[in-house]
Amino acid sequence: MHLHRYEKIWLSFGITSLIVFLAVLAFTAFAEGHTPPGGILTVSPESVDQVPPFNAPGVYDRGDYVDVYIVGQIFSYNPNRIELPLGKPVHFYVTTKDVVHSFTIIDTTVNMMLIPGYVNSATYTFEKPGSYLVLCNEYCGAGHQLMQMEVEVKG
Amino acid sequence: MITKQHTHVLSRVHLFLAFFSIALGGTFGLLQGLVRAGAITLPSWLSYYQILTAHGLLLALISTTYFIFAFLLAGNGATLGDLSKTEYTLAKWGTIVLTAGVILAATMILKGDASVLYTFYLPLQASPWFYVGLALFVIGTWLFAAGLIHQYFAWRKAHPGQKTPLFAFLGTVTLLLWIIASLGVAATVLFQMIPLSFGWVQGVNVELSRTLFWYFGHPLVYFWLLPTYMAWYTVMPRLIGGKLFSDTLARFAFLLFLVFSFPVGIHHQLTEPGIQDGWKFFQVILTFMVVIPSLMTAFNVFASLESVPRTAGQRRSLFGWIGALPWGDVRFLAMIIAMLFFIPGGIGGLVNASYQMNAMVHNTLFVVGHFHITVGTPVMLTFFAISYWLIPHLTGRTFTPLANRLGILQTVIWSLGMLIMSWTQHALGLMGAPRRTAYTVYQNHPQAQVWFDTPWANYTLMAIGGALLFTGIVLMLVIVIYLGFFAPRSEKATFPLAEARDDGPQPAFLENWKLWLTITAVLILIAYTVPIFDILAHNAPLARGMRTW
Repeated sequence: MHLHRYEKIWLSFGITSLIVFLAVLAFTAFAEGHTPPGGILTVSPESVDQVPPFNAPGVYDRGDYVDVYIVGQIFSYNPNRIELPLGKPVHFYVTTKDVVHSFTIIDTTVNMMLIPGYVNSATYTFEKPGSYLVLCNEYCGAGHQLMQMEVEVKG
Repeated sequence: MITKQHTHVLSRVHLFLAFFSIALGGTFGLLQGLVRAGAITLPSWLSYYQILTAHGLLLALISTTYFIFAFLLAGNGATLGDLSKTEYTLAKWGTIVLTAGVILAATMILKGDASVLYTFYLPLQASPWFYVGLALFVIGTWLFAAGLIHQYFAWRKAHPGQKTPLFAFLGTVTLLLWIIASLGVAATVLFQMIPLSFGWVQGVNVELSRTLFWYFGHPLVYFWLLPTYMAWYTVMPRLIGGKLFSDTLARFAFLLFLVFSFPVGIHHQLTEPGIQDGWKFFQVILTFMVVIPSLMTAFNVFASLESVPRTAGQRRSLFGWIGALPWGDVRFLAMIIAMLFFIPGGIGGLVNASYQMNAMVHNTLFVVGHFHITVGTPVMLTFFAISYWLIPHLTGRTFTPLANRLGILQTVIWSLGMLIMSWTQHALGLMGAPRRTAYTVYQNHPQAQVWFDTPWANYTLMAIGGALLFTGIVLMLVIVIYLGFFAPRSEKATFPLAEARDDGPQPAFLENWKLWLTITAVLILIAYTVPIFDILAHNAPLARGMRTW
């Protein structure tokens, strides 16, 4: 198969850029810990209310960090308002009692899916105080546009 | 005896259904834009999510499939000759079965029993007949594809040692891609959704269903793109009076698309639990492999553009070929604008699939902007460009200067509408605005207020872009009806296929289908075996089906 000289240059340039790009992604992902949300813990959607920690969702200050447990259901979050500290890593653990939802804090990198049967998790450190809107950005039914909560970050 | 007339009629049926779906889907799109901007409220018997479901399915799945089938059927006819009786029967019954499926699914949506959006994620549970409709649709496409694939291999057998016609080769890759991809969605529909909705099982594994869906969902975009590239490779050089730069590289690029379109679906699931980081990253790497055939396509197409016949003056200048291109011919103009739109479209795609950047845009309007600037423009505008000569070819009419002028106006309106709407959606998405969400001000939260108030990107601007696109659809329908029923008759209209520049003998491995299908299967197994095994091993509690609308 014959490749034109210019095409060789074009493809070499493209493939080299691609390798550099993927290397940057890999470095920030695995050396700097910028990985997407995830988790493999499972929980039955029907017994979410009985199983710790989701039987008592809310904010738990552990000293150096904060754990937050949130339960999504049509068309609300429990709890629907939380207060969080500034500058401390916050670990969010979320799950759903019914269909798929999302837990998305606007203007942050916290944006994850709530999949029935699983617990999802992400970590974020708030650097700016104020009121943050949390919304569901995965269609969940007739009242999907009403599904929201609020995070108040205090210094 | 099956004649050219049979194929033409069948092809016309597909084109008609394609444009009917575009008209309906486009109308719903207009309404969505207006609702979201707060300009109108829908009557109580029509819900936002109902029309959103219809919009997505009609435009992304149904109109594209009908159009692609019309194009491939006509192109195979022009390059391979008439269908055999069996092949025609397969294509005809395929059309009937898939259309029955579409009607059944659409009825359930209109009745309000299937407001599950075009991704129909479990455990949302629609009427079982919606899923039966989807299954019929997929089975119909398999029958149709089987007819055309058989036509290709029969030609190949009858012409040993000959290079198969480029159009038919590329079309066969496209159809094989569709069949392999749709196995995933068929599996979740047949083994999870139908049993759940009929009440035969009590619960389903949601993450498994999503993984099967996205195994299908990503190659689906290549099913739209490959016919678009086919027009760029096999037709465009002819329209400009030049030659295709390389036939061999066109074939090679398509085979690479086939191989790299499947083991990548997990990049749609980066923000989900149940899949390990390592496997997410591995599929991200494979996702970016399509950059290689994309760059090959860009080179090949632009090198073909340079083959346009030039005047002596234009030959002296390095960029003289640009001036020599037939900009006044909408069949060319619509196609080249489509190509240019693919540049920002591709860049947005790189952002979406980037492992960690994805969290910034996942399920925001950015994604909606992305697929409107890809399937909505490079693909749709190329399909329109194809229509300008395919309809006259199929109806024995002429493409007139009037149609050309209307077509240029259509192209301008479409491009402008898409620039405004897609720009706004990308920007709103970066500000956090969610996709697939009805009108809401989120209790006047300031972070949501921004989506209405930012002067250079807000919901009103998005609706204006949508209204322009709707105008473009109306104009396109006028052109289609004119070309199909009113343009002057002529028997001269042909399927404009380009010749390729002589680039030496074709390496045998390019037509070694067993080899390429084996590589495809091996890559699918490598990419999916462990993630699926993991999901099954987690044994997550099953979810019950629910109707939440």
